[in-house]
Amino acid sequence: MKAVITVIGKDMVGILARVSATCAESNANVIEVTQSVLQDYFAMIMIVEVDKMNCELDELKKRLADNVPDMIIHVMHEDIFNSMHRI
Amino acid sequence: MLNTSDIMETINMIQNENLDVRTITMGISLLDCADSDIDKSCEKVYNKIYRLAKDLVKTGENIEKKYGIPIVNKRISVTPIAMLVAASGGDPVKYAKTLDKVAKAVGVNFIGGYSALVQKGFSAGDRELIESIPRALAETEFVCSSVNVGSTKAGINMDAVKLMGRVVRDAAELTKDRQCIGAAKLVVFCNAPEDNPFMAGAFHGPGEPDCVLNVGVSGPGVVRAVLAKMPKEAKLEEVADVIKKTAFKITRMGQLVGSEASAALGVPFGIIDLSLAPTPAIGDSVAHILEEIGIEQCGGPGTTAALAMLNDAVKKGGVMASSAVGGLSGAFIPVTEDAGMIDAARSGVLTIEKLEAMTAVCSVGLDMIVIPGDSSPETISAIIADEAAIGMVNSKTTAVRVIPAIGLKDSEELEFGGLLGSGPIMKVNTKSPAVMIERGGRIPAPLQSLKN
Repeated sequence: MKAVITVIGKDMVGILARVSATCAESNANVIEVTQSVLQDYFAMIMIVEVDKMNCELDELKKRLADNVPDMIIHVMHEDIFNSMHRI
Repeated sequence: MLNTSDIMETINMIQNENLDVRTITMGISLLDCADSDIDKSCEKVYNKIYRLAKDLVKTGENIEKKYGIPIVNKRISVTPIAMLVAASGGDPVKYAKTLDKVAKAVGVNFIGGYSALVQKGFSAGDRELIESIPRALAETEFVCSSVNVGSTKAGINMDAVKLMGRVVRDAAELTKDRQCIGAAKLVVFCNAPEDNPFMAGAFHGPGEPDCVLNVGVSGPGVVRAVLAKMPKEAKLEEVADVIKKTAFKITRMGQLVGSEASAALGVPFGIIDLSLAPTPAIGDSVAHILEEIGIEQCGGPGTTAALAMLNDAVKKGGVMASSAVGGLSGAFIPVTEDAGMIDAARSGVLTIEKLEAMTAVCSVGLDMIVIPGDSSPETISAIIADEAAIGMVNSKTTAVRVIPAIGLKDSEELEFGGLLGSGPIMKVNTKSPAVMIERGGRIPAPLQSLKN
């Protein structure tokens, strides 16, 4: 099972580090990361394996929000994207 | 492989365009709860609903967390209560209070099915239930009521239409100190669907399984946003195509949520209702979609054509995305629940007559329309009859949910708050239909051939 983490907001030092650290803490294995910075705007999409996670998805979202404040964070199960964008 | 733009599209839909699952509605049959003693019957009703629906709200919330999608409402629909009244006799309001109590206990925000199906005539329990509707709606908080007065196969029961004019008025009268909210929870149908998950008209038809889960998706905001990105010179078939694709995506999300919820609850998955259900929130308006298609303001010339196209495109896109589509499925046009419609009604561009024309091409009918408080029961009956006739002849569902603004001046507005919104009083033609309504009887079922 995979989940998609998206982090959007104003660029600053250490976003990726803090997000990855939170994933590690929650035992979520990072599979893929894409990230872009357009002017001051940071957008990252991270796909993580969540089978062995030590918490629920919304708890992971809470931890991320605590560790990376002021960013818009979504944590969603990958099925939602698969079903919406694949026939 | 997931690609970045797909992910960002979904997130943008939820974050900025009000994409949500509007409702998961559990349909529960109460036929096995009927007892000749009304108190025993009520007890069985409470126990059965509680047993089946106690985890509904929690399951919905878990799915919200897993997928990051809001599921706005969790609701219950039940067998038309008139059928239980037929067996038990007694004061039907006891059932309403039981439904209210169990709705509160399981935490749902509406419970529908305080209903009677009288398209061809009244059987035992029907008249008693209908007469009790105003009181039931005034004395409960969560109960919704509906009455089916006509169908393409049976014609229109004009005795029931006559009765409903008074019932609608009384429902408003008894709740006049609470914004006439009673009438906002009462729908009069023609060709009522038995698997509709949307309130206030949801009930669990007698042909349905014992327990089933139906899902209502939404997303006017998403459709409007994709249309806003299109060039103004795009041809209408391209517009229809974009609507179809968007409806497909929205419906797939509903299908996922529905199958997940039904698996978690151990209840069969019924249908997805593919409706564009507006909310008063900015950007979540069906009227604004029509305006995006190219009508200056909803209610102006061209509105009916634009709505017909929108309604059809939504169905075409949604049908392929789901294993079973049902319910009302189309674009809703509830005036007080739609920011664009409210504006159009306030400015006088949108009139009841235009809304009536619009209902001929879309689901559902004259919905959430505030009418003058001095409208007579006959006038309300005649509005119901007109709307039922459109449904009967066109083999489609139509409905009337009008709210007489008892005690309000013409310039005042009703404020329901929440999803029900607010709205100005719309003008109603005051010529009297009393003689026709007094006749009563039945309008025979229409011919199904020689269609012109």
